[in-house]
Amino acid sequence: MRPAAHALDQQVLDALQDSVDGRARAGRVEDAVSGVAVDWVAEPADTEQVAALLTVAAQRSMSVVARGSGTRLGWGAAPRSANLLVSLAAMNQVLEHEAGDLVVHAQAGTRLEDLQSTLRPSNQHLALDPPSAPGADRRGTVGGVIATAASGPLRLSHGGVRDLLIGVTMVRADGRIAHAGGKVVKNVAGYDLGKLLTGSWGTLAVITEARFRLHPISPVSRWLTFSLPDAERANALIQQVIHSQLCPAALEIDRPERGPATLALQLSGTEAGVEARIAQVADVRAEVSASPPVWSAELPWSPGGVGLRLTHELTGLPVLLAELDEATARAGAPRACVRGAAGVGLLHAGLRGDVVQAGSVVARLRERAAAWGGEVVVLDAPAEVRASVDLWGPVRGLSLMRRVKDQFDPEHRLAPGRFVGGI
Amino acid sequence: MTTIASRRAADLLDLAAQVRAAVGDSAVIDDRQRLRTYECDGLAQYKVIPALVVLARSSDDVQAVVRLCARRGVPFVARGSGTGLSGGALPHADGVLIVTSQLRKILALDIANQRAVLQPGVINLHVSQAAADAGYYYAPDPSSQQVCSIGGNLAENSGGAHCLKYGFTVNHVTGAEVITPDGERVQFGGKAPDPTGYDLLGVLVGSEGTLGVATEITVRLTRSPQAVRTLLAAFDNTDEAGAATSQIIGAGVIPAAIEMMDALAIEAAEAAVHCNYPAGAGAVLIVELDGPEAEVGAQFDVVERFCREHGAFEIRVAADDVERALFWKGRKSAFAAVGRISPDYIVQDGVVPRTALPHVLRRITELADDAGIRVANVFHAGDGNLHPLVLFDDSVDGEAERAEEVSGAILELCIEHGGSITGEHGVGSDKAKFMPRMFTEDDLDTMQMLRCAFDPDGIANPGKVFPTPRLCGEVPGRHRGAHPLVQAGLAEAF
Repeated sequence: MRPAAHALDQQVLDALQDSVDGRARAGRVEDAVSGVAVDWVAEPADTEQVAALLTVAAQRSMSVVARGSGTRLGWGAAPRSANLLVSLAAMNQVLEHEAGDLVVHAQAGTRLEDLQSTLRPSNQHLALDPPSAPGADRRGTVGGVIATAASGPLRLSHGGVRDLLIGVTMVRADGRIAHAGGKVVKNVAGYDLGKLLTGSWGTLAVITEARFRLHPISPVSRWLTFSLPDAERANALIQQVIHSQLCPAALEIDRPERGPATLALQLSGTEAGVEARIAQVADVRAEVSASPPVWSAELPWSPGGVGLRLTHELTGLPVLLAELDEATARAGAPRACVRGAAGVGLLHAGLRGDVVQAGSVVARLRERAAAWGGEVVVLDAPAEVRASVDLWGPVRGLSLMRRVKDQFDPEHRLAPGRFVGGI
Repeated sequence: MTTIASRRAADLLDLAAQVRAAVGDSAVIDDRQRLRTYECDGLAQYKVIPALVVLARSSDDVQAVVRLCARRGVPFVARGSGTGLSGGALPHADGVLIVTSQLRKILALDIANQRAVLQPGVINLHVSQAAADAGYYYAPDPSSQQVCSIGGNLAENSGGAHCLKYGFTVNHVTGAEVITPDGERVQFGGKAPDPTGYDLLGVLVGSEGTLGVATEITVRLTRSPQAVRTLLAAFDNTDEAGAATSQIIGAGVIPAAIEMMDALAIEAAEAAVHCNYPAGAGAVLIVELDGPEAEVGAQFDVVERFCREHGAFEIRVAADDVERALFWKGRKSAFAAVGRISPDYIVQDGVVPRTALPHVLRRITELADDAGIRVANVFHAGDGNLHPLVLFDDSVDGEAERAEEVSGAILELCIEHGGSITGEHGVGSDKAKFMPRMFTEDDLDTMQMLRCAFDPDGIANPGKVFPTPRLCGEVPGRHRGAHPLVQAGLAEAF
């Protein structure tokens, strides 16, 4: 990892420091992004400082990677280079919360937990609850959640990032500041670029501020858990629930490496309303709890493991699980642990096994993906797996996506190589 | 310029011949009288007769026409039922109007997966009707849902009264087959969520026909609620009704809909559809709750109490679907109904933060009084989406201009309060000139970067949404003199 020529340039450091009131420095070993060394680190305090930084980067053709709290920075492909790491850690302010409008405006570096704490006294929340690495209880920052389109159990009832984000401020590769959307929920003026940035993995612009629609916190929530011996029965119960009048807030599955699957059904609302709905499922054996099962807030793999994102049509779940088990069995790997929003069709899976096994499981799953109507993405993996497996798999509309990238970042300096097709 | 014009005429003749060969004679209209049928959409004040109309009968037809247009740089405009209220489907005089209203097959109703696959010309309400027996419906419900098409809904990101709780078209479209402006057929998404790559579907919805034409659309079906309860409350004035709305939302209740009408709007609705709203009301509120029975029951009591606390002098509860329909009839017919009390009117569509509603309504009254113009207010109170109806008489000298001024001032008011110039009708031809008031030059330039990726030649619905086209590949920044596209006669500046 030889530093680039300009890494030694005092002028660069001066320019970066001028942009951020001195909060810029040379990169250190621990700043590396997926093993890619970082030349410079800068910590802007607001959108204007990000714009100043990106202007310097544009003048000097530097590649740029944005970092929130680093929760999912290691996911996706490694960037081809990372001359400048823009740390948004100091951009952690909730800029406006108008409770009567159920809308919040926050800087991109705001941690999701901090945002929720600010909103809780008003009995409101941002209905985004992406799972954390086991035991870590880290959900990431506003910007990181948008960039990775991370969602959790509440996706079923409240939608994902794309459905909750109503306004966004970004800094483009050329250093210009742009906004899209606004501070009202209902708004069809102009292109909704917030959706374009959602799940763009830092490759189109640096997200600096976001506005979200909020929801009231339900007075009462209960979790009903069901133990299910096999995928067919899990599917039958899922179908029963989604076509019922239960209005589940969430419907999560946990299929561990060994043993039966568990389904967790979250019912939220008024006390009377929730009790009445619990009574409707009294004939099915369930445990009722006032708190969610711990697993529903955690990813089914630990850092360093192989983590997949699997999407499926709702009825495709049993086929997906069967194909997954077949693929791991053929590869001689242990059964994968699967978790996620079965009522949405968005799951995570943790694979164990060596690089050859992981590669073979992913390849076989992609071959069979049409059978359950979904896709397979490798989110997280050790370096050797990353190097040998196509993380994103086949992508429809890739040439159009390349044209979008070329427009927003013609020199391919923003998180280069991190996204689909080497974008 | 004559040479350019005559060359264009020759080009169009040539194109017409090729289009006929591709889609068949019967699908092509070039007779001046018949073309006139398509000169406007729901916003009849703008009229342009297209050079050619194609009544597409398949996705292949759409692709063939777009390809031919792309090859020659000829503009095309897609049109569904033509009910849009911002001139989004206004034809281009030198372009092709691609009408998708004959593509009205429901290709699949996949209840188990809660999806429907639709051709773009399918009427919004027909989807709900088709899914009703299975206990499902399609949630976005624009007031024109009996006639508007799903393709048009996708282009405009249509909302409706119930989007307060259920969201807009974009929250319910999970997949689309699209013919992009270069004539390629691309599939975005499908029945599963979160397709890999950029969320191009997310930006396509609501792009007002400027990024392509959807030829097959996959939508989410929503379980029909177990219980629906609708209440109509009469207040002395809009302030009281607004305060009740704020308290309902503030208490953590998200109704399926909260709609408000003021005295003038009520008067119009009475004259038109005899909805028999409470006499003497200065404002009525329609609040609808839906969901599980016990949940709706508990919330309904809260809503009723808040309405009384804020001065509701009469509260009616719909006993059945017939009464509910009558409550809604007054509201949903309000736009057309003002025709009974005024010879001419402008339908405005703006949004303000809910908390700014009382202030903004007072300002609208002042603006109207100052101009000597009447304004009837109908709006989605729950999400701050105003539909002021600015009434005027075109036969009175200067009144149309004053009405236009009031209408424009209302939009300025929305922008001033951090709102939007359109909540659901779209920018289209009508509001492109207001875009620079809401967005900076860099904002608009950034949006146009997306357009350039899809449509570098600017042939998909040119002149809509953006006040000035962007030459793709140019260095962003200010231009001097006439814009090159304007010079070339390819676009009009607003």
